[in-house]
Amino acid sequence: MAVSHCFSRAASAFTAVLLFSFGCVAASHIEDQAEQFFRSGHTNNWAVLVCTSRFWFNYRHVANTLSVYRSVKRLGIPDSHIVLMLADDMACNPRNPKPATVFSHKNMELNVYGDDVEVDYRSYEVTVENFLRVLTGRIPPSTPRSKRLLSDDRSNILIYMTGHGGNGFLKFQDSEEITNIELADAFEQMWQKRRYNELLFIIDTCQGASMYERFYSPNIMALASSQVGEDSLSHQPDPAIGVHLMDRYTFYVLEFLEEINPASQTNMNDLFQVCPKSLCVSTPGHRTDLFQRDPKNVLITDFFGSVRKVEITTETINLQQDSEIMESSYKEDQMDEELMEPLKYAEQLPVAQIIHQKPKLKDWHPPGGFILGLWALIIMVFFKTYGIKHMKFIF
Amino acid sequence: MGLLSDPVRRRALARLVLRLNAPLCVLSYLAGIAWFLALAFPPLTQRTYMSENAMGSTMVEEQFAGGDRARAFARDFAAHRRKSGALPVAWLERTMRSVGLEVYTQSFSRKLPFPDETHERYMVSGTNVYGILRAPRAASTESLVLTVPCGSDSTNSQAVGLLLALAAHFRGQIYWAKDIIFLVTEYDLLGTEAWLEAYHDVNVTGMQSSPLQGRAGAIQAAVALELSSDMVTSLDVAVEGLNGQLPNLDLLNLFQTFCQKGGLLCTLQGKPQDWTSLDGPLQGLQMLLLMVLRQASGRPHGSHGLFLRYRVEALTLRGINSFRQYKYDLVAVGKALEGMFRKLNHLLERLHQSFFLYLLPALSRFVSIGLYMPAAGFLLLVLGLKALELWMQLHEAGVGLEEPRGSPGPSAQGVGLASLVAPLLISQAMGLALYVLPVLGQHVAAQHFPVAEAEAVVLTLLAIYAAGLALPHNTHRVVSTQAPDRGWMALKLVALIYLALQLGCIALTNFSLGFLLAATMVPTAALAKPHGSRTLYAALLVLTSPAATLFGSLFLWRELQEAPLSLAEGWQLFLAALAQGVLEHHTYGALLFPLLSLGLYPCWLLFWNVLFWK
Repeated sequence: MAVSHCFSRAASAFTAVLLFSFGCVAASHIEDQAEQFFRSGHTNNWAVLVCTSRFWFNYRHVANTLSVYRSVKRLGIPDSHIVLMLADDMACNPRNPKPATVFSHKNMELNVYGDDVEVDYRSYEVTVENFLRVLTGRIPPSTPRSKRLLSDDRSNILIYMTGHGGNGFLKFQDSEEITNIELADAFEQMWQKRRYNELLFIIDTCQGASMYERFYSPNIMALASSQVGEDSLSHQPDPAIGVHLMDRYTFYVLEFLEEINPASQTNMNDLFQVCPKSLCVSTPGHRTDLFQRDPKNVLITDFFGSVRKVEITTETINLQQDSEIMESSYKEDQMDEELMEPLKYAEQLPVAQIIHQKPKLKDWHPPGGFILGLWALIIMVFFKTYGIKHMKFIF
Repeated sequence: MGLLSDPVRRRALARLVLRLNAPLCVLSYLAGIAWFLALAFPPLTQRTYMSENAMGSTMVEEQFAGGDRARAFARDFAAHRRKSGALPVAWLERTMRSVGLEVYTQSFSRKLPFPDETHERYMVSGTNVYGILRAPRAASTESLVLTVPCGSDSTNSQAVGLLLALAAHFRGQIYWAKDIIFLVTEYDLLGTEAWLEAYHDVNVTGMQSSPLQGRAGAIQAAVALELSSDMVTSLDVAVEGLNGQLPNLDLLNLFQTFCQKGGLLCTLQGKPQDWTSLDGPLQGLQMLLLMVLRQASGRPHGSHGLFLRYRVEALTLRGINSFRQYKYDLVAVGKALEGMFRKLNHLLERLHQSFFLYLLPALSRFVSIGLYMPAAGFLLLVLGLKALELWMQLHEAGVGLEEPRGSPGPSAQGVGLASLVAPLLISQAMGLALYVLPVLGQHVAAQHFPVAEAEAVVLTLLAIYAAGLALPHNTHRVVSTQAPDRGWMALKLVALIYLALQLGCIALTNFSLGFLLAATMVPTAALAKPHGSRTLYAALLVLTSPAATLFGSLFLWRELQEAPLSLAEGWQLFLAALAQGVLEHHTYGALLFPLLSLGLYPCWLLFWNVLFWK
């Protein structure tokens, strides 16, 4: 009798153990899923899309920006989270043979202007000052909400800039420029004010890689359409409209993005491969040394889309692990601890060790041509007026 | 002591300059001529390129297909014109309105100073008709002009037909950001001048024109069209304008791109281009000389020349029907014009990126001002060197005289200056007479002599010019014989400086005219002196006087166009050119006549006085 009782108890214990282990496995599966939930560390997405050139012959820059706007909206970022800055109005330009449209493909296949565009900064409002104010948040209190970048420390921000640029600068509207140093300082301000979790910076201009050379804040990934010394080329002219419609790099990025849907698992490494030299003529570049995560673990939709992860579960999930981190992050002796998760802000990244910002040594050239001639002239006149024989009275 | 304040050193320097002067002058003159001739060849020429970003590299698709419509319009226009004898204003108004333009007319009248024998006009009164195509979505702040000048000698009806067909086509497009004015003028250039003056609200030539009822904003560019028939074998472009002004090179580059795109044969100075290379170095030189001669004449070679004064870039396109096999119809010409206007539509500012001063050895090659100015500089350097030499000789003489006498240095200078004033005044008075008398005295001359007014003007011109040659003999009776023996040096010095100033100023605005006059006048001006073989120097001086330069350049021009003149024909052409020159000064404000009569002729007379100094 005892044996059967023992046996039934063992059996129930065994089933209990089995169920428990099963439950454990299930629970750990849920916890894995929960882990995946917080893999990227961001909870909202923002996009700042800037086109800096005006005039009809810069149609392609507006088309570039509008195509990225279109993709970003399609993948889920709402207008309230997009700051769109267009320096000129191409759709309503009197020279546009198809008013109210901006095409990105020849033969007018794709109208990126659409019918629900919301331009936040338009025409002469696109200035360096406004752009920097948007990024850093130092905005006058009267600015409407649609013109603000209301990001927090859990926001992933996509910043896309296009226009005419050079080595170390980007031209705004034919009258001013923003330098790469100003941009890097703006991003550092954003980092110190906890205005972003991760930042993806894409630039499509000539010599675009020079714009991301000076970044020194953590969690920034940057892509550019061409290296220093190279020009970014435009893609295709449309004889009916009479202008070039898109730049090559953004054209191929748009084609790539058209295949992304909110559920796709494509990662950043694929984006780096977009537009090889054979298609783009210039060499696109990227910079990932400031970024914490491995690019292959970063989804395209982490920046280009606003994916709301919703998982329905009936299980309870223990989130103790997080609170441990929260407690430990306030400890004093965390200075030289190995980084644990990309959730902490303070002392997260030993910046000085990672970034080597040595100033470039300028080669010394002997004084040439004009300077030599000028000095020779001065010395000749000097000697002529005073005469060599007088020199011994001076020295 | 310094180089120039030490008298010993200064005398040494003076001697050096005096010794080397003659070879330096010769070298400088030859360098100037050689530099000019070298302008037609590669290191000094560059390929043309489009500088304006807004008119950039993108091509536009032309969709003009109204060839039949253009021909129909042309036929109607020609028929109505034959019937009425003048411009069929009512028909033009009706047709332009039916095509969809805002139509306005303008009447003008002018009494020419004397009858124009070449165009057979004297009292001119006509009407211009113009239609404005308003930009559909832009404010009317800027405009483009397509103009067809209709004179009585050339009917230009095909061009009117093409203009109306293009207007109909343009009216159907919505991408115009500037207004387009389609202008048909009567009495070709006179009508264009009247219209331009009324449009810009100025009155520079004494034209009486009614004010314009309709305006369209600041004109950015203009194209004048002249077609002799409905099939053309080539399109000739004329760039030289009034007083040698040139349109911005970008407009020519624009035309050239459309020639290349449409496969049209485009010519400059009437000679076809070889698109692959400059075929034969001599052709470049030939084209350069033709352009220099045309620019030097200062005539507006087409309606475009009058637009340039108002800083409106303009070109004249002439369709030529020669005996070539391959012909283009009106659709090809229309497409080229449509493409040009569409590209001009993209402009945001006036054309200013490319060169305003240039020379064209070929349609696709140009020489910029920085490269051609040294030629004129070298020539004027000769005058400067000669003046320096004379100054030093005068001062040496002055210093030499001072030492024994001691005091009357200033008085010697004073006498020198006084003796200079008389020749200067008399020469200038002769120039004034040359400028004023022919036109003033034409009626008197026509009454007393059996000549027409135009001939009277020309003959009076020549008479006064020749009378100037007799001056030195007469003035010496008037002026007291106090003039010292070296007085001619002072006169020559003043004359040289005067000539250098004038030629320098002319060369800055109209390089061709300045260079041409410098190339002929500088050597004889430098050589003129009362000693030596007077007859030889006199002959040389007469041969290089401004009138003789004009005569010679006519022969050269015809020679370059491969239609050489005989002496009799040349003389007739010379007389006609003189009459045209005076007329154009009065009707369009051309400056060649006043420059030569009030500026260079007195200067030349001074040298003549130097030559016959007693």
